[in-house]
Amino acid sequence: MMCQQCGQKSATLHFTKIINGEKTEFHICESCARDKGELIPGAPNGFSIHNLLSGLLDFDMTNGSSQLQSGLYGIKSTQEVMRCDHCGLTFSQFSKMGRFGCDACYKSFASRLDPLLKRVHGNIVHVGKIPKRNGIVMQRKRELIALREKLQLSIQQEQFETAAQLRDEIRKIEQDLSGEAEAK
Amino acid sequence: MSNHSFMEQPVSDWMRGTGPDSDIVISSRIRIARNLNGLPFPLLATNQQSAESLSRLTKVTESPDFSQLGHFQAISLTELTDMERQVLVEKHLISPNLANESRNGGLLLKDDESVSIMLNEEDHLRIQCLYPGLQIHEAWNEASRIDDVFEAQVDYAFDEKRGYLTSCPTNVGTGIRASVMMHLPALVLTQQINRILQAVAQVGLAVRGLYGEGSEATGNLFQVSNQITLGQSESEIIDNLYGVVKQIIEHEKSAREQLIQQSNTRLTDRICRSYGILKHAVVIDSKEASQRLSDIRLGSDLEMLKDVTGTALNELLVMTQPGFLQHIYKKPMSADERDIYRARLIRDTLGNKRDIAE
Repeated sequence: MMCQQCGQKSATLHFTKIINGEKTEFHICESCARDKGELIPGAPNGFSIHNLLSGLLDFDMTNGSSQLQSGLYGIKSTQEVMRCDHCGLTFSQFSKMGRFGCDACYKSFASRLDPLLKRVHGNIVHVGKIPKRNGIVMQRKRELIALREKLQLSIQQEQFETAAQLRDEIRKIEQDLSGEAEAK
Repeated sequence: MSNHSFMEQPVSDWMRGTGPDSDIVISSRIRIARNLNGLPFPLLATNQQSAESLSRLTKVTESPDFSQLGHFQAISLTELTDMERQVLVEKHLISPNLANESRNGGLLLKDDESVSIMLNEEDHLRIQCLYPGLQIHEAWNEASRIDDVFEAQVDYAFDEKRGYLTSCPTNVGTGIRASVMMHLPALVLTQQINRILQAVAQVGLAVRGLYGEGSEATGNLFQVSNQITLGQSESEIIDNLYGVVKQIIEHEKSAREQLIQQSNTRLTDRICRSYGILKHAVVIDSKEASQRLSDIRLGSDLEMLKDVTGTALNELLVMTQPGFLQHIYKKPMSADERDIYRARLIRDTLGNKRDIAE
């Protein structure tokens, strides 16, 4: 088979593209493919993680809450209006690009993020490294959460002595934290 | 053209062919993504805003803490030629994104090229440590140390619940991408590779080719990396990757044993043929070159070929790429011309300079 591009060399690369069930085939030779840049590493690639992401989000929209909201409750779908106050990115722009515009987008779009993050990472809450300088408070807050869980557990198990100790520890951290907040 | 040292020395630290398990693991890389608090991410930043983030981050390099990290060269992407950018990508020192799409993009490159810090890439700050062999923990320790130096002087975009905030939701949380480049010829030859790659995908890791996202796995080189950045700590992510890589190494080793025991003559023939072709070919395309180079790398690991070093092979991996070829011979080339110069460069490197009339 000859190359569809130059018609001179024999085609060694065969692509099949399927879009909405419609199949297109390309047969080109290697040098034409290279001239088109498709085999050069680092060249912009037709398909990237961002395409995949926006695929996930589209799925989320057509399948999920927006139809429910507009259909069942008679409310106008929210993502048209949802916009980040800080950088101006709208949710539908985000879902097209697969990328946020600024750190505030995470807050602005918070109500829509859990399902997306769950699908990408299987989790929604960070447990890794914390910035040292601004992180001391956060570290203590994490301790606090862990202690409260322990407290609940010891109450359920009727270990009241341990519970009392935990309660004192929790109070101390809470006082420390509010003290620091005042100092600031 | 400027006189940057990265253009003159083909060998980056990661290409030295040393380090633990260097017969199978070419390199280990950690990349962490960070952003500045309150400034739009580079994608949406105005020229003024991205100049602002560049200057805030560059200012950190003037601090005494930063100078403890070694000597870095500060490079502005706009001062580089297209060819220089491509060479940086081919050496894995910057991402294609920084090379082609950044505005006010910057690079801080350590002298031995083991650390490259990208400014105004998709995120404001991307710290990359790239080490030879299996040294993923070492690379993380260094990246984290550099992270601490920046964090001490600039305010990061960080959220208690989501962690480090990144432009792409696939990086949020730890912002870490840990990856290991492996040479797995015996698993490919014995047709076990697909089974192994499927298993790797099932434990939440991704496998890609030499040049990352979207690139084909040529020359039996596979890059294994974490996918998940949120909800796992950095050490969990790295230990998980390390454990899986160790297992793949064992599988590759036993596949090599198996090949030697069951078809030693054919294996030797394959390796020696490739060596002969690389030493004498006049025209060679990149796909054949990477396959043949993979063969002689295996031959060198199995001590069949004594005079081929790992460093030379890693150099060839990079130098036979389009950008580097054109840089070495100092002229733009068509694809056909590149095939000729590629063959010449390989002959020269493998020590066969004399016998072909140019």
